[in-house]
Amino acid sequence: MRWVNRKVRRGDSILLGALPILLLVLFYLFMAAQRHAANPMDKILPLPGGMAEGVAALLFQPDQLTGQLLFWADTLASMQRLGLGLGIATLSALLIGLVLGVLPPVRATFGPLVTAIAVVPPIALLPILFIALGLGETAKVALIIIGIAPVMVRDIAAHVADLPREQIVKAQTLGASSWQIMIRVALPQAMPRLIHAVRLSLGPAWVFLISAEAIASDVGLGYRIFLVRRYLSMDVIIPYVGWIALLAIVMDMALVFLSQRAFPWAHGASH
Amino acid sequence: MSVPLSPLLSLRDIWVEYGDKVVLEKVDLDIEAGSFVSVIGPSGAGKSSLLRVVLGQEVPTRGTILLDGTPLTPECGPDRGVVFQRYSVFPHLTALRNTIFGLECEKAPLSARLFGTAHRMARDEAMEMLKAVGLGDSADLYPAQMSGGMQQRLAIAQALVKRPRILLLDEPFGALDPGIRADMHALITQLWRDYSLTIIMVTHDIREAFTLGTRVLALDKRRHDPHAPHRFGATAIYDLTLRKDTDPAVDEVAHLPLKQVSND
Repeated sequence: MRWVNRKVRRGDSILLGALPILLLVLFYLFMAAQRHAANPMDKILPLPGGMAEGVAALLFQPDQLTGQLLFWADTLASMQRLGLGLGIATLSALLIGLVLGVLPPVRATFGPLVTAIAVVPPIALLPILFIALGLGETAKVALIIIGIAPVMVRDIAAHVADLPREQIVKAQTLGASSWQIMIRVALPQAMPRLIHAVRLSLGPAWVFLISAEAIASDVGLGYRIFLVRRYLSMDVIIPYVGWIALLAIVMDMALVFLSQRAFPWAHGASH
Repeated sequence: MSVPLSPLLSLRDIWVEYGDKVVLEKVDLDIEAGSFVSVIGPSGAGKSSLLRVVLGQEVPTRGTILLDGTPLTPECGPDRGVVFQRYSVFPHLTALRNTIFGLECEKAPLSARLFGTAHRMARDEAMEMLKAVGLGDSADLYPAQMSGGMQQRLAIAQALVKRPRILLLDEPFGALDPGIRADMHALITQLWRDYSLTIIMVTHDIREAFTLGTRVLALDKRRHDPHAPHRFGATAIYDLTLRKDTDPAVDEVAHLPLKQVSND
């Protein structure tokens, strides 16, 4: 049987998917054990026990300066920045993308501007943001927004502009105005695409968050990773990276679930 | 053909040109209320252009179109309903909501949604229309859950709920398989009689054009310049009135001797 025709059963696919991850973990453990056999004080590849100890200190012992549990304080600070950034970017992508997509005169006026902003590398704007907005939360959230919003705006605008012309004409023959076409025809059909755009933007959003935190911050997941790097604390960095990955996966799955729940028509509702 | 009253729709000297390519030239037409006009012709003869002009989706380069004696605005409006071959229904709305949409747009300019009594009345009206096209049991299905024939039934219901002066059909049954197509022919004839519709239908199926229509227009180029084929546009080269009344007994007439009109 050709490989393109091979179907994988659900149970098998979970097993197959877990296999490479398991192999990677085993490979790491093997390498770490080898290094620790040669040097019990090794910091580069910590064993699980070492990682647990490293994180436990951040999880359960209040920081001497601030009195906070650092792991949770970092997570809260980062999630707040990410949430604000993603939320504002998503909302503006929806509003601007919708108007650009539906109304040709607006597209002609502001389309080139959006394209121009989208091609500027956001990290290059980071100094400007720090100078203009200071080193506080605003600059970090602004970096996330500037980093992901233009791409999302363009995606939504293109998707809305690509709605079949027949639909727009049909809506007009049913008496719909520009406004009614926007809120009843374009908006609902843009929503699943918007959720898709948010999913794709999660990766870049994390990149911009960690960058901003690495450069100027006093709390946050990215800040902690870059801080403990000075002490070669791989026993903290690796669990933090794992935690970030877990948060990202949960967010992605939540978005998929939301899209399927709220917009069943967009997911090939079964016959 | 004698014109007893002023016609419902009249096209006067309509030209459609794209750059120096002439698609339609000098189209003069009078369409009376209650007629079922089939438009046939080879590909590229401007059938769809003619429909788009009447629909208001396209502005003719020259000429005027009068609906009830008043010039049409060059924009689509609720006085002309349309059913396309595809993409005529909104995929994000159920059949019922697709049908209510036209009523909501009219009565709720800001929210485009109706509530309470107004919603119940619109809902009843839409349900009645869905039953009329045979979708009474499918009101809660999304278009993706429907067959092609059901989607076209829905598109017709959606258009008719607005009571348009003219219903325009652009190859509405072209994508359906033959059995379903026969059902749809029966349905559209039924609706045409029950609601006293005026219909213009573009089709490439000659048999369909003659079985359904009371009048068949064949579009083609009257002149042809082999060195510049784009310089002459198409116009109505045959205009055949098939029957005056709506007697079903004469349904099967006339499509045999006139087959040479087709180019395919």
